Amino acid sequence: MAAAARFLIRGANSKLPIAVVGSGAHCSFGSTFLKLSLNCNSGIKTQRRHAAHFTFQPDPVPTQFGPTQKMNLFQSVTSALDNTLANDPTAVIFGEDVAFGGVFRCTVGLRDKYGKDRVFNTPLCEQGIVGFGIGVAVAGATAIAEIQFADYIFPAFDQIVNEAAKYRYRSGDLFDCGNLTIRAPWGCVGHGSLYHSQSPEAFFAHAPGLKVVIPRGPVQAKGLLLSCIADKNPCIFFEPKIMYRAAVEQVPVESYTIPLSQAEVLQEGSDVTLVAWGTQVHVLREVANLAQEKLGVSCELIDLQTILPWDVETVCKSVVKTGRLLISHEAPVTGGFASEISSSVQEECFLNLEAPITRVCGYDTPFPHIFEPFYIPDKWKCFEAIKKMINY
Amino acid sequence: MQYIRLAGISYYNDCRQIRKTTGAVETISSCCYSLLEIFDTSDKSIIVSSINKMYGLCFRAVRQTAGVKATRLLQMRTFRASAVYQQQPFDSSLEKPQFPGASAEFVDQLEFIQPNVISGIPIYRVMDRQGNIINPSQDPQLSKETVLNFYQKMTLLNTMDRILYESQRQGRISFYMTNYGEEGTHIGSAAALDPNDLVFGQYREAGVLMYRGFPLDLFMAQCYANADDLGKGRQMPVHYGSKDLNFVTISSPLATQLPQAAGAAYAVKRENMNRAVICYFGEGAASEGDAHAGFNFSATLECPLIFFCRNNGYAISTPTNEQYRGDGIAARGPGYGMLSIRVDGNDVFAVYNATKEARRRAVAENQPFLIEAMTYRIGHHSTSDDSSAYRSVDEVNYWDKQDHPISRLRHYMMARVWWSEDDERSWRKQSRKMVMEAFEKAEKRLKPNLELLFTDVYDVVTPHLEKQRQAMWRHVQQYKEHYPLDLYEKNSP
Repeated sequence: MAAAARFLIRGANSKLPIAVVGSGAHCSFGSTFLKLSLNCNSGIKTQRRHAAHFTFQPDPVPTQFGPTQKMNLFQSVTSALDNTLANDPTAVIFGEDVAFGGVFRCTVGLRDKYGKDRVFNTPLCEQGIVGFGIGVAVAGATAIAEIQFADYIFPAFDQIVNEAAKYRYRSGDLFDCGNLTIRAPWGCVGHGSLYHSQSPEAFFAHAPGLKVVIPRGPVQAKGLLLSCIADKNPCIFFEPKIMYRAAVEQVPVESYTIPLSQAEVLQEGSDVTLVAWGTQVHVLREVANLAQEKLGVSCELIDLQTILPWDVETVCKSVVKTGRLLISHEAPVTGGFASEISSSVQEECFLNLEAPITRVCGYDTPFPHIFEPFYIPDKWKCFEAIKKMINY
Repeated sequence: MQYIRLAGISYYNDCRQIRKTTGAVETISSCCYSLLEIFDTSDKSIIVSSINKMYGLCFRAVRQTAGVKATRLLQMRTFRASAVYQQQPFDSSLEKPQFPGASAEFVDQLEFIQPNVISGIPIYRVMDRQGNIINPSQDPQLSKETVLNFYQKMTLLNTMDRILYESQRQGRISFYMTNYGEEGTHIGSAAALDPNDLVFGQYREAGVLMYRGFPLDLFMAQCYANADDLGKGRQMPVHYGSKDLNFVTISSPLATQLPQAAGAAYAVKRENMNRAVICYFGEGAASEGDAHAGFNFSATLECPLIFFCRNNGYAISTPTNEQYRGDGIAARGPGYGMLSIRVDGNDVFAVYNATKEARRRAVAENQPFLIEAMTYRIGHHSTSDDSSAYRSVDEVNYWDKQDHPISRLRHYMMARVWWSEDDERSWRKQSRKMVMEAFEKAEKRLKPNLELLFTDVYDVVTPHLEKQRQAMWRHVQQYKEHYPLDLYEKNSP
C-alpha cells in the first residue's frame, strides 16, 4: 500500500511526457534536478514494467495445415480474411476505415487484391454497420463487419441482441444471418482508458443465438476466425489488441479451422484448474509457472476460447480432477462471465470441490487510465489467489 | 460513369426545356451536343470538368437572354448535378472553396437556410377522391384484371382485419394490428415490384403479402401460432414472414430493418440479378437512429433500395408534430443525397407509379429512393390501444368515410363499369366466407410441437440446449397436469 502511494505521488509530480522517459536527456535532468534520487529510477522502471503485463508464449509450430509463416496477430487476421475472400466470392468486409488497411492494419492490401466492392468503408455508425451486415447475411452473402473497438459495439447492441441473435429462431428458420461475423479489437492495451480497453463478452454471453469467440494468439486467431466466418450462426470475434503486434508465431498460410465451443487444455496439472481467455491466458501461464516454482503447485491451464456456447465439459472434467478452480478475466467481476462458469462448475462438480471457486477479475469500476497497473488482474493477484486456495 | 452519363442527359434535357421556354441562344444546344460526344471517352475528370465548364457557359448565356424563372431552374439542376460528382479534383489556384466536405460557393452575406415546412414537398396524386384521373399522362393504364385484383386484395385484407380484430376482442388471439386506411400503400407498392424483390417491413404491411399470394390459412396460422405457422409459433401475431414470397420475417424492434435492407440491397447489387429491395416503415420509426443509419448507408454504398415510409400521422398516440419539425420524412431524403417523392397514400395509382419508377431507377442506377406515402391510421394502433384517448372521432370519420383508398378505387372502377353494387355485395360475401373458413380451420389446429421451443436458436441444438430440453421434458412429465399439453402437437417418437 505504501509503495503504491509513493509511486502515485511521483507519477503526479513528473511533468515529463512518457515518450521521453528513459532517454539520456531525462536521466541527466533527473539526476541533477532531483539530486540522485534513487526512487526516480525505480519509478521509471515500474512504468516500463507495466507497459506489458504478460509475456506471450508462442504455440508449438502447427504442422498439420501445411506451410507456415511468421505472423503477428494482426497479420494472421489479415491472412484469415484473405483466405475467405479468395474462397468465397460473396464475402465482403466493411466497417470504419477498413479500406486503407484498418487502424490496426488488419485489412491491409485486401481492397487492392479483391476490389473496392468487397472491402469498403462505411459511414461512422455502429448500429448501421451491424444492421447492414445482418442484411448482407440475410440475402445469403458472407458479411464480415468490423467494429473499430469493442468499446464501441454498444450502439449496435440492439441489432446484435434483438436482431442478429434472434433472426433464425423468430422466423422459424425461414431467414437467418448465420453468415455474419463481427470482428472487434478487445481488451486492455496499457493506456486505453475507459473506451479503448473494455472486455464486453459477458454482455453478449446473455444473448442466446450468438457465438462469442476470443483467441489467445495468432494461430488461434486465424483458425477461430475462419471457423466463425464458416459457422452458420452470427459470431462476435474479439481480437486482443495488445497482441496485434506483440504476439508473433508461425501460422499456417492456408485456410484451417479450430472448432468453436471447444476449450483447449494448454498445460496438464493436478492441483488447481486455471481458466482464462485472450491475453489473460498468458498471464495465467506465468502464474502456473510461479505456483510450481514457489509453491510446488501443479496447475492445469485451460484456454476457454469460446465464451458462448462455452465448453462446460472440458472445464468440469478438469475440476473433477484438480478439485480447485480459478477463473480470471479482465472485465469487471460482477456479472462477468466467470460468474457463469463458477456457478455451472459448482453445480456439476460440487462433490469434487475442495475450496471455493475463485474469480480474479477487473474491479467493478470503469477501466481507468493511469491506474491500469492496479486495475488489471495481473499475475501477482492470481498468484495470491492460488496461494489462498491451496491453503484453504 | 453511369452517374456522369445521367447527369449529362438530365443537363441536356434542362437545356432543351430552357430553350423551349425562353427561346435561348444557340450556344446551349451546341454545348449539349459536344457534351454528348464526350461521353464516349473514358476519362472521368475530363467529362466532369467539361460538364462544369458548360454549365458555367450556359449559365451566363441564359442569364443574358432568359428570364429569372429559367435561371432558377438551371441553378437547381446545377446543384443536383454537382452533388453527383461529390469531391471535385483539388485545384489550389482557384479562388473558390476547397473544402473536401462539400461542393459549394462562398457567400458574403450571413444567411441561415430556412426549412420549408409551410409549403412542403407536394403530394403526388393520380386520381381525385371520386376516382377520376386528374392528369391522363399519369394514368398507369392498368388492365381491368389488374385493377380488380388490386381492389380484391385490398378488400380481402380489410375483411381479414375486421375478423381478426374481433377475434382478439373475444380473447381468441392474443394481439392484432389492423391495416385500416393503409391498404392502398401496400397493394400499390407491391404491384409495382418484381416478385423476386426482397421486402423488409415493419408490421403494418400485411397487404404486401396478400398481394404476393400469401394464403389466408398462413396469416391465420401465424396469428393463432398453430402448428401450421411457418414461424413455429414463436412470435406475436402479425409478425409474418415468407421465404417463398421474399418477405423477410417481421420483428417488433422498430427501424432495425432499415440498415438491414441496405445490406441486403448491397448483396443483391453484387449478385447482379436485376433485383431490388423495398423497406417499409412508419414515420415514427423514422426517428430511430437505425433510420438515419439505413438512409446514409444506402446512399454512400449505392444500394438498389426503395425506402417506403407510411406517414399516417401517429406513432401510437404521438402526433407528427411531436415526432419531427421538418417537412415530414420526404424532406430528409435529399439531405442524404437520396431521390425522394411524396405521394398520396390513399391513391393506389400514385403509389404504384412512384414505386414503379423508383424500382426501375434503383435497379438501373444502383441508388436508393425514398417514397413518403401520406395517409391516415384509421384503426387503433393495435388491439392494446384505444385511440379515442388522444384523437377525435370526427377526424377518424373523415378519413374513413371521405378519403379512403378502397372507396377511391371503387369509384374508379364503378366509373368504368368494371364493378357494380352487385359485384360488391357478392365479393363481400365471398371474401368473408373465405376468411371465416381459414379462421375456423386455424382455431381448431393444435399448437406446434414443444420441441420447437429449443430448435433454431442456433443452426443445431447445442449440448447445453439439449440438456435444458431434456430437463424440460422430465419436468413436464412429472407435473403434466399443470401444463396445457393437450393443446400441443405430440412429441414425435
